[in-house]
Amino acid sequence: MNFKPLVAGAALALGLATSATAQDDPLKVGFVYVGPVGDYGWSYEHNEGRLAVEEAFGDSVETTFVESVPEGADAERVMTQMALSGHDLIFTTSFGYMDATVAVAEKFPDVKFEHATGYKRADNVSTYSARFYEGRAVIGHIAGKMTESNVVGYIASFPIPEVVRGINSAYLHAKKVNPDVEFRVVWVYTWFDPAKEADAAQALIDQGADILMQHTDSTAPMTIAEEKGILAFGQASDMINFGPNSQLTSIIDNWAPYYVARTQAVMDGTWESTDTWDGIEPGMVAFAAMSDKIPADVRAEAEQMIEDIKSGAYHPFTGPINKQDGSAWLGDGETADDGTLAGMNFYIEGLTGEIPN
Amino acid sequence: MDLSSIDPILLIAALMVAATPILLAALGELVVEKAGVLNLGVEGMMITGAICGFAVAVETGNPALGFVGGAAGGAALSLIFGILTQFLLSNQVATGLALTLFGLGISALIGQSYIGVKPPATTDLSFPILSDIPVVGPILFQHDAMVYVSLGLVIAVWYLLKYTRVGLVLRAVGENHDAAHALGYKVVRIRLAAIAFGGACAGLGGSYLSLVRVPQWTEGMTAGAGWIALAIVVFASWKAGRVLLGAYLFGGITVLQLNLQAAGMKIPVEYLSMSPYLITILVLVIMSADKSRAALNAPASLGRAFHASS
Amino acid sequence: MIKLEKRPEPSRHWAYATPLLAVLATMIAGGILFAALGKDPFVAIRTIFWDPLFNDQFAAFSRPQLLVKAGPLILIAIGLSLGFRAGIWNIGAEGQYIVGALCGAGVALAFYPLEEWYVFPLMVLGGALGGWAWAMIPGILRTQFNTNEILVSLLLVYVAEQLMASMALGLMRNPDGGGFPGSRNLGDYPAAYNAEIIAGTGMHWGVVAAFIAVIFAYILLNRHIMGFNIRLTGQAPRAARFSGVKPNRLILFCLGTSGALAGLAGLFEVAGPAGQITIDFNVGYGFTAIIVAFLGRLHPAGILLAGLLMALTYIGGELAQFMLGLPAAAIQAFQGMLLFFLLAGDVLTNYRIRIGRAEVA
Repeated sequence: MNFKPLVAGAALALGLATSATAQDDPLKVGFVYVGPVGDYGWSYEHNEGRLAVEEAFGDSVETTFVESVPEGADAERVMTQMALSGHDLIFTTSFGYMDATVAVAEKFPDVKFEHATGYKRADNVSTYSARFYEGRAVIGHIAGKMTESNVVGYIASFPIPEVVRGINSAYLHAKKVNPDVEFRVVWVYTWFDPAKEADAAQALIDQGADILMQHTDSTAPMTIAEEKGILAFGQASDMINFGPNSQLTSIIDNWAPYYVARTQAVMDGTWESTDTWDGIEPGMVAFAAMSDKIPADVRAEAEQMIEDIKSGAYHPFTGPINKQDGSAWLGDGETADDGTLAGMNFYIEGLTGEIPN
Repeated sequence: MDLSSIDPILLIAALMVAATPILLAALGELVVEKAGVLNLGVEGMMITGAICGFAVAVETGNPALGFVGGAAGGAALSLIFGILTQFLLSNQVATGLALTLFGLGISALIGQSYIGVKPPATTDLSFPILSDIPVVGPILFQHDAMVYVSLGLVIAVWYLLKYTRVGLVLRAVGENHDAAHALGYKVVRIRLAAIAFGGACAGLGGSYLSLVRVPQWTEGMTAGAGWIALAIVVFASWKAGRVLLGAYLFGGITVLQLNLQAAGMKIPVEYLSMSPYLITILVLVIMSADKSRAALNAPASLGRAFHASS
Repeated sequence: MIKLEKRPEPSRHWAYATPLLAVLATMIAGGILFAALGKDPFVAIRTIFWDPLFNDQFAAFSRPQLLVKAGPLILIAIGLSLGFRAGIWNIGAEGQYIVGALCGAGVALAFYPLEEWYVFPLMVLGGALGGWAWAMIPGILRTQFNTNEILVSLLLVYVAEQLMASMALGLMRNPDGGGFPGSRNLGDYPAAYNAEIIAGTGMHWGVVAAFIAVIFAYILLNRHIMGFNIRLTGQAPRAARFSGVKPNRLILFCLGTSGALAGLAGLFEVAGPAGQITIDFNVGYGFTAIIVAFLGRLHPAGILLAGLLMALTYIGGELAQFMLGLPAAAIQAFQGMLLFFLLAGDVLTNYRIRIGRAEVA
């Protein structure tokens, strides 16, 4: 067992803490995580963002975090205690923290709050989220081109707009380049249960899927794909370690630029309540290196799509698109508005199965 | 819906793999409970085994040593429980739950430097001719070694409990520790051995998760498997053969419901997700409703502290 | 040779002294753990045990929070302790807690936005009934089909979790929530809101209910025939049967009571501190309460203290995380140690330690 890095890391943290107190008045930035930082998924990536803030500002910031904070009363208490202990800026990184964030913010008008993936704002509460569907459009395109069995397996967590939007976006772009493609969606009703995700991946492969996509946090599906010799797309982090032959690319949550910018804004006194929904362009949605397995032409198309999305020339949800029941959703050339996208709870035409509710 | 896309052979092969961690942990707990000790800390021992096995496998590059490490880790943790309940006579239910809490914490501490690391691969055993037999081949002869170890362990535990002197003594201790003590058996020592065996099995189950099933280390990765293992022991009414049945039934329904979803079955997903739990309850009700052979197999001294007063 | 000798009566002296000794031992062992992680052990221990109660900056906030955190633990543990005394194992309080919350919130959402005094009492009734009904499943299966209640109550936790997820995503989803999961926030619905009775004290109806439950359990166990039957069944099941205790009635009573109390805890939580039904509304109170029940030696007063102590380590643990950068895992391990020492301490209460020659048996 290797305790060395652990102790070294702790010593480093201690060193930082002492040097921070020596400094005059470092900006105190707190983070509230819903999972452990060791989940190698959602909370892990937010913590990478926190480390980037430390890296960027050195002694002039002090960052703190509390991990595995349940949503509800516990979150409200943690935020309150953070505010009471002199934090200037608090990032609350789960949708379920929304009401608690707003409630605490009301009591501490001088503390700035940033809530991830929610929609309730106040003078001292901003919201931010990432347009992961832009990334899913790109991987949908690649999947449509590369599948040989024409069956794409999709491991979904909960039937919420974020997840449904991802399925729609990926399917839409796969279908565009491959009319025969079929998506098989398995809902595992958990964000994180490696064994169950592995079982789901196995089930999809057994039923003929030759490409896997996932909207759950663990790397289990990627490892199963590697083991069975099929292709897969990673989620949240670069999973190349777990699927050196399988991973085509991975959609990476990259919160660092946003966290650094917002911390800077508080330092400069320019912080304002905003609603940020960033995509590929500012770098909030990033990609792992594209695999050599992707044919050159497909790769070029994917990169072109990334460029077009970046420049705003292309919106992944551009009509004509019908809903699953055949009714019209977007007319020719029409693009989806953010409101509809944010609350998306319907499948588009061609997807089989129903969204559980 | 396209049910024909579900291949029953692949399904059976998949469920054997999916059920192995719970099977291993449940077998260990079966022996512990047969000795009259109720250890609710299976989840804690599993996850400790998961990280210990993972760490050893990564450091040595040898998955087989990893499994030994996982078993050792689980056993070491179980001995905390053993010392507390057997020497200091603490309450078993509470101590077991505390063990789970402690195990979850300590495993995460040990695992801090192993996040995002890929363990050395465990290869499937190859049985050159056998694995090509249709139907039987994919089901029986294309697994990794631990699947066979777990099946062997079922037979070993069954034989041990039923036909050997060790098994007889173990059951005697579990049924009536005072009588066993009066007959000169070392109740505490026997129970400690059973507890350590249970810990080792749970550790093996955990390391199967971190080294084969998932393979990776993440905090809290057992995600409740230890609790299911506990339920399986009760389900099996303390019989080794039925532990196998229970684990495969539970694993089977879990795998089947995922396959049904993938095939586009028109049953609401939430009911499918509940089905492994509901069907396990239902089967138990049917089995225990037969009053003549009612589920009175619970060891009589289960959960009771033993102190040699004489 | 060290030998334990059973005391004829548990020592009162040690009963009070051992918890203190255990806390002291935990501080030493925990201090070593924290030091190994590179933190100042004295600061860490102070942050966990002292700061939530007496820190100038936030004790005024943390102290009432102790009640908020301990309330559901105590309420559930009191119910469980009745069954545990009689050897009836309800391991699934977590599920009953969830279903109680679902039923209570369901009542509120059905009445929304009606502002009448009777909404909240009906929710309380709904919560208690929901938890009771969920616990009756293992109860009836046990009495009718002899099915083991440990297994059924435990597996029903997972069923309840799935049920809650589907409710949060479907039937109970906030129609004004833009398609996001989770119910309306009951904090915005005054007739249904379980607010603090006196602002800033942490006292909401759930905490009051917990205190009432403590008192009632004490009276039941000491003054009532049912309490006598429970204790008798636990200590001498055969004698209980001869004295006319009906085992089936006792099983249904104990499971039902613990289920109802767990359901109430869920209702008060969802209507107050949590505010809404979400995908993962439950945070493990039902399991932690089992530990609380045994830490309190299944005695109502003990449960009260044990609940408060657990709450203290949770709140202190959060402080230690963001003030000292201790990982949550270290806090969990620390809590585990505290429990080990507290449980091991019992031996001094019930046994005398003799050092000397082993007697000839």
